[in-house]
Amino acid sequence: MTITHILFLVLSVVAVLSAAIVVLNSNPVRNVLLLIVCFFSIAGHYVLLNAQFLAAVHVIVYAGAIMVLFLFVIMLLNLNKESEPHKPAWEKIIAVIAGGIFFVTLVGALKGTDVIVRNASGTSLGDSGIPSPEIGLVESLGKVLFSDFLVPFELSSILFLGAMVGAVMLGKKNIK
Amino acid sequence: MLLVISGTTFIIYKVILAVAVFAVSLGVAAYATYGERKIAAFLQDRVGPDRAGPFGLLQPLADGVKMFMKEEIIPTVSNKALFILGPSLFMITALLTGAVIPWGPDLVIGGERYPLQVTDVNIGVLYLLGVVSVGVYGIMLGGWASNNKYSLMGALRASSQMISYEIAMGLSVIALVMVTGTLSLREIADQQTSWHWNIIYQPLGFLIFFICALAETNRAPFDLPECETELVGGYHTEYSSMKLGLFLFSEYINMFISSAVMATFYFGGYNMPFIGRWVSDPNWLAFWGVIFFFGKIIFFIFTFMWIRWTLPRFRYDQLMNLGWKILIPLAIFNLAVVTPLIMLAFGKLKF
Repeated sequence: MTITHILFLVLSVVAVLSAAIVVLNSNPVRNVLLLIVCFFSIAGHYVLLNAQFLAAVHVIVYAGAIMVLFLFVIMLLNLNKESEPHKPAWEKIIAVIAGGIFFVTLVGALKGTDVIVRNASGTSLGDSGIPSPEIGLVESLGKVLFSDFLVPFELSSILFLGAMVGAVMLGKKNIK
Repeated sequence: MLLVISGTTFIIYKVILAVAVFAVSLGVAAYATYGERKIAAFLQDRVGPDRAGPFGLLQPLADGVKMFMKEEIIPTVSNKALFILGPSLFMITALLTGAVIPWGPDLVIGGERYPLQVTDVNIGVLYLLGVVSVGVYGIMLGGWASNNKYSLMGALRASSQMISYEIAMGLSVIALVMVTGTLSLREIADQQTSWHWNIIYQPLGFLIFFICALAETNRAPFDLPECETELVGGYHTEYSSMKLGLFLFSEYINMFISSAVMATFYFGGYNMPFIGRWVSDPNWLAFWGVIFFFGKIIFFIFTFMWIRWTLPRFRYDQLMNLGWKILIPLAIFNLAVVTPLIMLAFGKLKF
């Protein structure tokens, strides 16, 4: 076992365990903290896959911004007690099915990207299944994003812009 | 041909360097507290601490001993685990950033190159932003776990302030990254040889970054989270003994590191104009590089303190207005001006 394997195992166990506790436990603040732990271990996985840029952005966006807002809201509402309303069983089943369908779609969408990325960056997956060190660097990622994935990239940026404008509109108190 | 070191020597060297950076961060932070009190005294026409040792130079030591000897109080209504986790987390994130800062040019011993930087990750700038964005958890958890309204108010102020100013800071850093074309701090420092400092190309970017650094380190005039006239002690109201010490001390470490970052980003790092005319030996160059770098850092720390003892505190709405309605549009304007200029410089844009 190399160091990479040991790190991978440790990170995986931490990620899965913390995510499972987040789902099963009902103490909001502890859940938020465990979710942050989960995000950090996923960022560790990205580093193991040579995707340092993705790891840094993951930490900045998820752990550094979104989870701070989560914690912010929970603190303001002071959801300290286990006062979470229980949802009926059918709602939970529907949620599981919807999540599963989304997962399948994601896997299907990501299946084809492997070849495109390989062609674009001129690198190939080695025998170990670990991509070459250059693949996760900002340069190669930027080149792929602005050539093969230009349309989805621009579309998602428009989506973000729309979401931002929408948030500002919702935040305004007196709109005619 | 100079070789980059490897093997056991590499590990030993990195351990020594990491411990040195750790010790220097703590040492500078300790004497920054002394400097703060002396500068405050100077600006207010007082003498300042002068009892412990010559010129009061042992004052940080006395303060440290005092902090450790004080009674440790953990409120019974608090969440104990998080109450202890808060200051620890704040200290850890404050110390993490020192790892990517290039402290000086390479040392050359026996034909091998010893870089004065703990690690040169190729996304150093993003690493810094990431650690800064995580740094708020220490304050938030500490303030919330105290189970005190004043602490909670302080923690909420701290987190909203840090989130708001991170955006403008990130935008000003994007402009800098576009100018330098790299995310590695070592390369950013190396590019600014002699007088080619980034402040010349990015004056507005530096101004925005500096104001945001003041806000991110919770220094006056942005010290609303611990605003003693409204909130007793803000997020650290319930803290005593060395836990309080960790909170206060981390602020000085943050100040030291952000000064180092500003010196690296905009003021040439360890470069000094015309130093190459007098010194050619790489080790002496490294020595003077470190000296100049610390000179720049101390200048920035002094500026931080100068501002603190000169300007009054913002009101909360003024703080938010400055962040969202002035700094962010200014940073976007800066970006909008810089982008076409860079394209012109690289010949990609033609009129």
